[in-house]
Amino acid sequence: MQRHFVIVGILVIVMAVLIYIGLDSVGLMPVQASTQASDIDWMWNLEVIAMSFLFALIVVPLVYSLIVFRRREGDTTDAEHMEGNTKLEITWTILPLFVVMAFAYLGAVNLAETRRVDPEAMVVNVTGLQWSWTFEYPPVNGLTVVSDELHLPVGKQVLLRMTSNDVIHSFWVPEFRVKQDLVPGRITELRITPTLEGNYKVRCAELCGTAHYSMEKPVIVSSQADFDAWMTEQLALAEEASQTPEGRGEALVAASGCVACHSTNGSPGIGPTWLNLFGRQEALTDGSVVTADEAYIHESIRAPQAKIVAGFENQLMPAYDFTDEQIADIIAYIKTLK
Amino acid sequence: MRRLNSVWRGLLLLAVGGMIGYGIGLGLDLLVTGALNYSGSVASAFALLVSVTAFFFGIYGYRGITRGLVWQVVGTLLGGFFVTGIRALLGSDTIFGTFFFSEPAWVFGALTGVVTFMFGVGVVADWVKWARGIDTPEHHEDEPGGGKYLDVSLDHKVIGIQYTVTALVLIAIGGTFALIFRTELAASQLQFLTTTFKLFNQTGPQFYNTIMSLHGIIMIISILLGISGIMNYAVPFLVGAHDMAFPRLNAFAYWISVPASVLLLMSLVLGGFDTGWTGYPPLSARAPVGMQMFFLGVFTAGWSSILGSLNVIATVVRMRAKGMSAMRLPIFVWASVATSIIALTATQLIGLSFQLVMFQRLFGMGFFDAAKGGNPVLFQHLFWFYSHPAVYVFVLPGLGIISELLPVFVRKPLFGYRWVAMSSLGIALVGFTVWAHHMFTSGMNEYLRVPFMYSTLLVAVPTGVKFFSWVATIWGGKITTPTPMLFVLGAIIVFLLGGLTGPPNAAIALDLHLHDTYFIVGHFHDTIFGGFIFPFFAAIYFWFPKATGRRMNEFWGKVHFWLMTPSFFVLTLGMMVIGLRGMRRRIVDYDPALGFDFTHLLMTIAGFLIALSVLIFVINLFHSIRHGEKAEGNVWNSRSPEWQVPSPMPVHNYDVPFEVVGEPYDYGLADSKYVQFNGHQGEKHPVTAEGAQH
Repeated sequence: MQRHFVIVGILVIVMAVLIYIGLDSVGLMPVQASTQASDIDWMWNLEVIAMSFLFALIVVPLVYSLIVFRRREGDTTDAEHMEGNTKLEITWTILPLFVVMAFAYLGAVNLAETRRVDPEAMVVNVTGLQWSWTFEYPPVNGLTVVSDELHLPVGKQVLLRMTSNDVIHSFWVPEFRVKQDLVPGRITELRITPTLEGNYKVRCAELCGTAHYSMEKPVIVSSQADFDAWMTEQLALAEEASQTPEGRGEALVAASGCVACHSTNGSPGIGPTWLNLFGRQEALTDGSVVTADEAYIHESIRAPQAKIVAGFENQLMPAYDFTDEQIADIIAYIKTLK
Repeated sequence: MRRLNSVWRGLLLLAVGGMIGYGIGLGLDLLVTGALNYSGSVASAFALLVSVTAFFFGIYGYRGITRGLVWQVVGTLLGGFFVTGIRALLGSDTIFGTFFFSEPAWVFGALTGVVTFMFGVGVVADWVKWARGIDTPEHHEDEPGGGKYLDVSLDHKVIGIQYTVTALVLIAIGGTFALIFRTELAASQLQFLTTTFKLFNQTGPQFYNTIMSLHGIIMIISILLGISGIMNYAVPFLVGAHDMAFPRLNAFAYWISVPASVLLLMSLVLGGFDTGWTGYPPLSARAPVGMQMFFLGVFTAGWSSILGSLNVIATVVRMRAKGMSAMRLPIFVWASVATSIIALTATQLIGLSFQLVMFQRLFGMGFFDAAKGGNPVLFQHLFWFYSHPAVYVFVLPGLGIISELLPVFVRKPLFGYRWVAMSSLGIALVGFTVWAHHMFTSGMNEYLRVPFMYSTLLVAVPTGVKFFSWVATIWGGKITTPTPMLFVLGAIIVFLLGGLTGPPNAAIALDLHLHDTYFIVGHFHDTIFGGFIFPFFAAIYFWFPKATGRRMNEFWGKVHFWLMTPSFFVLTLGMMVIGLRGMRRRIVDYDPALGFDFTHLLMTIAGFLIALSVLIFVINLFHSIRHGEKAEGNVWNSRSPEWQVPSPMPVHNYDVPFEVVGEPYDYGLADSKYVQFNGHQGEKHPVTAEGAQH
């Protein structure tokens, strides 16, 4: 028996090392693009070591037994009677207890690392909606940039203050690792410090309905200079757009996520396309036909379920309480889509 | 021959019934909406109901399950029209809804349908008689042959098989849904579930959401029925009882799961639902009527779980054979008690949380509506307070089966019996304190997450005890590997993978990356396959001779194992790898730029191979009932009492009671016995209500 224990002991260690090297060389995680990501990957590495060792610890003696202790041809006797060993049982209860408590402690320390606060952090207000994202940047000279792209300067912590318009969404950029749900009626926060310039995507991680799968928007991490240039450009565009009704309308529908469902180029979507919408004859679910004029579009924004275009009866658009001026701006914008 | 004819007749009526039902639904829809809606829900709903009913009518005639289903259809319509009538009288402007009935009418109709099913199938007949002062015999005589499985029986072994077969039917349905969406996922971009696809009033992505959600909940219900099946079948004869403590309650608990399954399937045609099996509001407060059918289906199936576990506990506490002290209980019975304690005390919470959303939808009560002062996160606490312990409900019986079968095939005692028994209770108790680890990203109190990390990691300790004991049991044994043992070994390794991938999710910061990804999907498929599916198959291969007096084919059993196990590794390891790299859960399409196409293709092929292996199993199962090799004695050379009497087991199990005179797993100890029969088998003893008390 002694000999078997020695062989198995050696095999367990060899196997554990091989599994760890294998998993490590495959590179299981995406690119590390934030300080939080490097903290989390440190914890992951620790877990991989534990998993490799424990997998070997169970599987090696199991497979070894199957081969070495298998019943020989013609043997009909039972094996040696061995009921248990209390000391061994106590050992493999107490020892794992200490190990898991150590892991829990390290997990708590690791969590604290990822939550390190930079008082200088840039605050971006994030809104999730079915099925888009909007990002509102800190105001400059009374003008606020609202975009459906998240631009971040590298090396600077950003504090995302997030909420949802409708159902629960979840903010996740795999390269940043950390994830946080957006809950209607409250503000949740997430701190990220990007460390690597590049183009990523925020992907909604909490099932949020029909088009959950496509609720993705670009996340661009660039140098502070590039970020500032983008901001200046956006501020100028916002300034210019605010001068005309159709400009204000276009900014509003982008910021409100309308275009997530209503295409502006005629491609089919969750809702009817806005291309050539104004003045179009639409067949409704009750069989009647309506002309998409000012009154109809106004009603469809305020009370979307009142008159539903045939073919879209199963799509529930939420009601939007825009002001009359805002709706007029949106209609002005829709009129330009020919 | 007569049986074969009845199956053909059933299939013929299935087709005819489907057409008739479709016609009725189409007509009703035409009357209400004034348009012919060929791919619509109402026609599909009626086609589904009438065809299934006609199928059972063809096989079995108008009694038992057929009458139950007919009464359910009639009850649903009566309830629906009752509410519709009230709405018409009150002058409501929505008397009818998108799916013929309005939502409140569907909900009320579904409830009355469940009640009328229970009356129709006849499972409450005895209680009605008692209420009228009429006595009924302790047990009805079951008819010989297969017919008794389609009617109410009070025999725990019949009910056990009814549960098991129902579980297999649901696994087939849930598995079919999985194959549909795995086919869609084989490549990036939408293949056939496109935005122009239209079925049951759902577009492709909506249909994906529905079948993905139904895959989850139908598999969960099938697991609950599967463990009930094994527990019902085995626990009474393992403890030496002649039946369960409450045979009528036992039959009730089984039969209520049938209308519950019908309701879950109805949700598919009534607009579906897009929330996953978790049903989080506010999304579930906005989903189509199908959502309500899902809530009601789970709510109704919950009764089955609660009443069944009550029965198991009562049976083990009150009806054990003489001399069967706590530390001489078969280990599977310990696991059954542990699982029943959870099911009896936690299931109410999922019923409650779903009922609150139901009321939010029906009566505008804003429990989870932030605009009305409600809190969406509260739902998640209520939901997971059941749904995490439920995971232990799923796996504890399976782990019990592993511990029960291992000693038989290694010819050695179970190593550290007391520790294994106590670890089941340990897992059950610690399992109640970990629920919020599903909510690390939910926006719950940030600091409260830390104690939940500690409690979650504690679960690893009793689970570790089980693994170490299994390895120590196998070590130095004289091991044989017939099919049941193969599945036991597969279960250990698969459950090990599931177990080891658990602690990373408990580390909060790391979970912020892993949560809601395919890593989690892979992790829990490993725990469920290792903790339930593999042991479930092991148990069926192991106890099949006890039920039928024949063995399942060994060659095809091995084919089943060697096809399923590697495919399953490809499937779940694939899930975990792409999950770590950024594959989100519950999406019908993924970004091609992520480069997951090849892994997904492999996983789809693996999924189909698993389905093929299960198909082989089912054919083997049904073929062996009549044509399997005869096996009436102690086929596995087990010490357990049920193998000391001939197979198939007599109706009330043991003609003479046995006494426990030794330890259950003392393999290798000369002249030791676990049980001793005081008298000869075949010498008929009167079966008394007290069962094992004498």
